[in-house]
Amino acid sequence: MTKNDGAQRSTYFVKAMQEGLAAAMREDPNVVVIGEDVDRSVIGATRGLLAEFGDTRVRNTPISEQAFVGAAVGGAAVGLRPVVDMMIGSFFYVAMDQLANQAAKLPYMSGGQINLPITYFTATGPSGGGAAQHSENIHPMLMNVAGLKIVMPITPYDAKGLMLSAIRDSNPVVYFQDHVLGGTKGHVPAESYSIPLGFADVKTTGKDVTVVAIGSTVLKALRVAAEFEAKGIGIEVIDPRTLAPLDFDTIAQSVAKTGRLVAVDNARLTCSAASEIVATISTVCFSDLKAPPERVAWANVPVPFSAPLEARVVVQDSDIRDAIEKVLAA
Amino acid sequence: MANLFSPDAIEPTLQKKMLRGLIRIRRFEEKLAQLFKRGQLPGFVHLYIGEEAVAVGVCSALRSEDRITSTHRGHGHLIAKGASLNKMMAELFGRVDGYCRGKGGSMHIVSFDLGIMGTNGIVGGGIPIGTGSAWGDQHLGKDNVTVVFFGDGAANQGVFFESMNLAAIWRLPVIFVCENNGYSEWTATEKLTAGRIADRGMPFGIPGAQVDGNDVEAVYAATCEAIVRARAGKGPSLIEAMTYRWHGHNEGEEAFAGEYRPAEEQEKWRADEPISRYATMLSKLGVLDEAGYQQINEEELALVEASVEFALNSPFPEAEEALRDVFPTPQERTNA
Repeated sequence: MTKNDGAQRSTYFVKAMQEGLAAAMREDPNVVVIGEDVDRSVIGATRGLLAEFGDTRVRNTPISEQAFVGAAVGGAAVGLRPVVDMMIGSFFYVAMDQLANQAAKLPYMSGGQINLPITYFTATGPSGGGAAQHSENIHPMLMNVAGLKIVMPITPYDAKGLMLSAIRDSNPVVYFQDHVLGGTKGHVPAESYSIPLGFADVKTTGKDVTVVAIGSTVLKALRVAAEFEAKGIGIEVIDPRTLAPLDFDTIAQSVAKTGRLVAVDNARLTCSAASEIVATISTVCFSDLKAPPERVAWANVPVPFSAPLEARVVVQDSDIRDAIEKVLAA
Repeated sequence: MANLFSPDAIEPTLQKKMLRGLIRIRRFEEKLAQLFKRGQLPGFVHLYIGEEAVAVGVCSALRSEDRITSTHRGHGHLIAKGASLNKMMAELFGRVDGYCRGKGGSMHIVSFDLGIMGTNGIVGGGIPIGTGSAWGDQHLGKDNVTVVFFGDGAANQGVFFESMNLAAIWRLPVIFVCENNGYSEWTATEKLTAGRIADRGMPFGIPGAQVDGNDVEAVYAATCEAIVRARAGKGPSLIEAMTYRWHGHNEGEEAFAGEYRPAEEQEKWRADEPISRYATMLSKLGVLDEAGYQQINEEELALVEASVEFALNSPFPEAEEALRDVFPTPQERTNA
């Protein structure tokens, strides 16, 4: 798997998701896509699939999240490999029993009799004016469920490779597509390839501070890292890519080197993934730490509508910069 | 066709088998009540006594490949679908030889090989799952049907309506079987439920039948009709089986629930008891005499006693078992 394979074919993030999905559908006839308006695709990840795979494999559902999130459980149990388009991450709340109580727990409760190869994917997070009920990032609470794998790619390249791995996985996988990344472009090979779940990507190497960032905050962290780099301070930016299981080994190796950790989440601070990363690393890397780790995440309020209000709540470059300076000053 | 569903058409072999099924469930549940009272049975236990004719009538009409989703009050469904009493009892005791190696308990027993997709601890939780297995079978070209068992309480969950709608537009081979036992937990269902549950399929074009849930052959006949429809690709059906829960919502409820069911009501339903009613009918038909009944009863009682012995002889799982099966490997699964 090389990230520069010559041709430098470039495409959009949602198109890369679509390519991963189409590849999975070509290799396995039991892969079926359901969700609201998947024939035309509001966000874009299922666009064009209807023409190639037909309306029994690309099937619009009623606006009944409980019913179709649960139907995927029954369908997967009897041999389908359902891919469910949730459209907007906040809509998971409507179907939490079926996701957290049923899909996540049935394999365990049955003593391992049943596998549920389901991929639930959705656009998620603040999108600029989405307001409180269309801007949630629920990965922190899903990380607490047990029984769900969770991925959140941030490059088109990863978007394609992780989609194929998510669908091939024998377990329920929640695939989050950060809303604001959907229209970004990047290198994506035309051929099919997969990226294994559970492996972080070290985006930049640096000796002074480890910054673990999630979703679109990785791009913010990279901008800030470049500023510090210019001043001769090395920032190691890590994108976990998979949040469950989380690749603590890669993070711990980095912190063992830098001694300083800033964890950034694109979610509310309380019980965020950043909180979990800081807690775990503080324990396993305690003797390596040169400064108390810092968390950067949203204010503990719903995401507001108006642009200046939204900006006040979600993570800004300056929040990451301040946190890095704080761990450097300690 | 006219006589297909009349009692005349039911073979004596099946009649005796159904009576045996009713008795097996009753003896199993009575044993659980006794064990619970003695403090020997852990967890929440919801007994099916009085409702046996629903599970037996429905499951007798199914093929072994057909599927069911069940409820918190699911022991009867499992037994009627062919579950092993030994493995059930071991699961109820949290032992390693239970269906789920002790990880499920009463409300989460799964036997995928028998088409038992799971009892369920959430009221209404199995409804979309059974709708989904019907979708899976339809998509994969298998002519299985799925029966979704649920209670009158679950009939007021939104997901019931969502699932009926989905099943109707996709013409899924699913049969929604509502066991109306008169009480949604501790409140009379009539105080909580508008209209007749059997009528709730009507707006979706789903035929609904209200049947005497204490009449095993009536339940069987209604299920046969729904199965014919489902296998013919005509879509879902709804059956509301009227029955009565003899015991509480859960065992041990007397500690907090108090009296909430009129004595006359309980007496009326006990007088209309599904087992003796059926035994009397079979006796009149000359299918089974008193000695034959006693023989079945003793055999089933012995099976139940043996299941307790099996369970108590089975070890508890090693503690590390708790950490397995969050993400089972495909080699372990039976639905591969």
